[in-house]
Amino acid sequence: MTTTSKHRKEKINEQLGFIGLRIITLLTVIPILGLVAYIIVKGAPAISWEFLTAPPSNGMREGGILPAIVGTIYLTIGTAIFSVPLGVMAGIYLSEYAKESTLTRLIRIAIINLAGIPSVVYGLFGLGLFVVFLKFGTSILSASLTLSIMTLPTIISTTEEALRSVPNSFRVVSTSLGASKWQTVRRIVLPQALPGIITGVILGLERAAGETAPILFTGATFFLPILPQSPLDATMALPYHIFVISTQIPGMPVSIQYGTVLVLLIFVLGMNLIATLIRSHARAKRQW
Amino acid sequence: MNQTRKHDDQLINSVIRITGYSSILFVLLILFFLLREGLPALASTPLKTLFSIRWYPIEGYFGILPLILGSILVTVVATLIALPFGIGAAVYLSEVAPPWIRDILKPIIEILAGIPSVVLGFIGILVFVPFIRKFLDIPTGLTAFTGAILLGLISIPTIVSVAEDALNTVPNSYRQASLALGATRWQTIWDVTLPAAKSGVLTAVMLGIGRSMGETMAVMMVTGNAATMPVHLNSLFAPIRTMTATIASEMGEVAAGSQHYQVLFLIGIVLFLLSLVINIFASLVSTKSRQRSERLLS
Amino acid sequence: MRVPNVNGDIMKEFIIKNLSLRYSDDNESLRNISLEIESKAITVLFGPAGGGKSTFLRVLNRLNDLADVKEMKGEVIFQGQNILDPKTDVIELRRKIGMVFSRPVPLPLSIYDNVAYGLVMAGEKNKQKLDHAVEQALRQSFLWDEVNDRLKDSAYSLSGGQQQRVCLARVLALEPEVVMLDEPTSALDPIATSNIEEMLGELKQQYTIIIAPHNVQQAVRVADYAAFFLMGELIEFGPGKEIFHTPRDKRTSDYITGRYG
Repeated sequence: MTTTSKHRKEKINEQLGFIGLRIITLLTVIPILGLVAYIIVKGAPAISWEFLTAPPSNGMREGGILPAIVGTIYLTIGTAIFSVPLGVMAGIYLSEYAKESTLTRLIRIAIINLAGIPSVVYGLFGLGLFVVFLKFGTSILSASLTLSIMTLPTIISTTEEALRSVPNSFRVVSTSLGASKWQTVRRIVLPQALPGIITGVILGLERAAGETAPILFTGATFFLPILPQSPLDATMALPYHIFVISTQIPGMPVSIQYGTVLVLLIFVLGMNLIATLIRSHARAKRQW
Repeated sequence: MNQTRKHDDQLINSVIRITGYSSILFVLLILFFLLREGLPALASTPLKTLFSIRWYPIEGYFGILPLILGSILVTVVATLIALPFGIGAAVYLSEVAPPWIRDILKPIIEILAGIPSVVLGFIGILVFVPFIRKFLDIPTGLTAFTGAILLGLISIPTIVSVAEDALNTVPNSYRQASLALGATRWQTIWDVTLPAAKSGVLTAVMLGIGRSMGETMAVMMVTGNAATMPVHLNSLFAPIRTMTATIASEMGEVAAGSQHYQVLFLIGIVLFLLSLVINIFASLVSTKSRQRSERLLS
Repeated sequence: MRVPNVNGDIMKEFIIKNLSLRYSDDNESLRNISLEIESKAITVLFGPAGGGKSTFLRVLNRLNDLADVKEMKGEVIFQGQNILDPKTDVIELRRKIGMVFSRPVPLPLSIYDNVAYGLVMAGEKNKQKLDHAVEQALRQSFLWDEVNDRLKDSAYSLSGGQQQRVCLARVLALEPEVVMLDEPTSALDPIATSNIEEMLGELKQQYTIIIAPHNVQQAVRVADYAAFFLMGELIEFGPGKEIFHTPRDKRTSDYITGRYG
């Protein structure tokens, strides 16, 4: 009798525990959805053709946010130009070339640390190296380079992971048929890992597109009446613009604030969605 | 294989090799440029000034203690807030939830990871700050506590994903053995699975701390940025200022090479070293645990 | 172009002298193997799992370069060269010594691209030559009639037995000197297995064949020569008839009569 009552008590404990876990998880998830929904509801009314295609006017209190949108697109592309080739090749190195050695361990520690360095410290580094030392000035170039290095660990790690998920038997077979290492990587391993790599690249760039601190002193500017003309121009950017209009400008209409936030959110979560779709599509198509 | 192709192969192999090493180069470059711009601060500013409790650069007070303590305060409170949610959600997703629920919830938590911190700061200003001011009936809602809530939110996705990975690497045979001995799933989670994933969970916590410590925009926007020493009990509900926020808000206005500029870089060095310690510690813990679980599985 | 190693009257494809190998984890190894493998015949390597057969095969085409080998000693003479020499062009070597694995592993490409893979990697760009080679290789592996109307389909759309024949065709397309098969039928049903075994008989007219068979029965069925491997050592080697009917070593006869493994 005692064992069954003990057993029943344990079962009840378990039920209560699970309910607790469910509540905790819901409390984590619901605010996220609420947040996104709230921004959509509050921001959607502000979005119009003019909002998306006109520069700000009357001290940002009217008009649109075109220069900030274009600036963020430029910065994202600039970041991709530097970080994608470098990150993907470094990922290939780690997955396909590196042997277990002290050097490889050092590389891995370096990547982990790059991933952990605070974004504002990247801003300082970009200021010290690109803006001051290399004299690129406060520019799209400096900001893109800074963001690239910040994005690198994400791209390297996801590339490595994607490559490692390709079965080793493909490499063995390809090698046995007289393919060189690079041929094997290029013809077999890389194409199979590509969806995973693209997903990782997009997630990395998504981060970069939403960052403010690294571009504060390397490329972002308060206001620009015209679009940037060269990579050596400074630029407006959506994240920095949100910071400006929510803290620096008194009497800022709330609708423009929410509208701007919504545009950035669509930009960033849109990239996230694309990455997720690519990943699940590739999983469904995979033959091995 | 003809000769040109062999050369092409060698060329691409060396390019890949060099890019492989690039991460080390970048860490060293970052350290070098932080030191180059920041170390002169030690010459221009006496240590006594640096380790004083007053940060008021216009009058030459460069005491970084309030900034360090401000960072520590929000980080600790943020971690305390994030832990139950992060670990709880990880345990739920990994051990309890049916696959279809996991497939829905995981992407939602990933969305949070993707929301830029400036957006969270903005929501903080418009929603959390007035709420906290009214709810706690204090003069301003721009407090360390407000910052800690936001930071907690920001570090949750990191904690969830790393802790869930750690739980997933616990061999299923452990759980089965425990269940076969008559333990409930709930007991199995607490007595077997979580202890087995202990070091991975610890890594998750460390990385969450690193994330909070380094976060800039959201904290800067909601903590009021008053460089006071948070040494009173109610400091949590008063404005404070973190290291990251100090750099972000002041670097734009200083002249390159000035004393103020150098000290801001010095703060950057402190942040760099802190993140270095946290991440090396976290990676040591996690590689050790991975080796152990691999040994168990083979 | 072919330089056979002449040793008496018999043509030898490989002369292996005192070959020893150890992996980093000390798991499987080869100990002091000496053996001469005859050209244009089927040599069977048999013995219990983990005896070193796969390792031995992967030495012959230097595929072990991909594995974690701690130590390798001895000589493997192929076409007058010691292929263990670091200066060996391993890519050239692997084109001459093809290999079929225990599980069919089609590359994630079309049937056509699988069969043409080795040639394309070797730099062959002429479409007509490739077409011709693919057709011939598929005919040699009795697959042409089944797949000639769907060459662009994924190789994964085929049955297991067909996949394994694609894997063989892929090797034959390179017109190698030697074809090695490492338990090629272990993942196949009996019909697909007998198809492959039948094929071996035809292939030995053209190629030197080294096979680690799936079981002793298969070894008996196909062997011209047989080598018994036990725990990294070569216990006995000779013509198949002698090895299987009058083994000299007790361990060999024990294994053949099923006393272990």
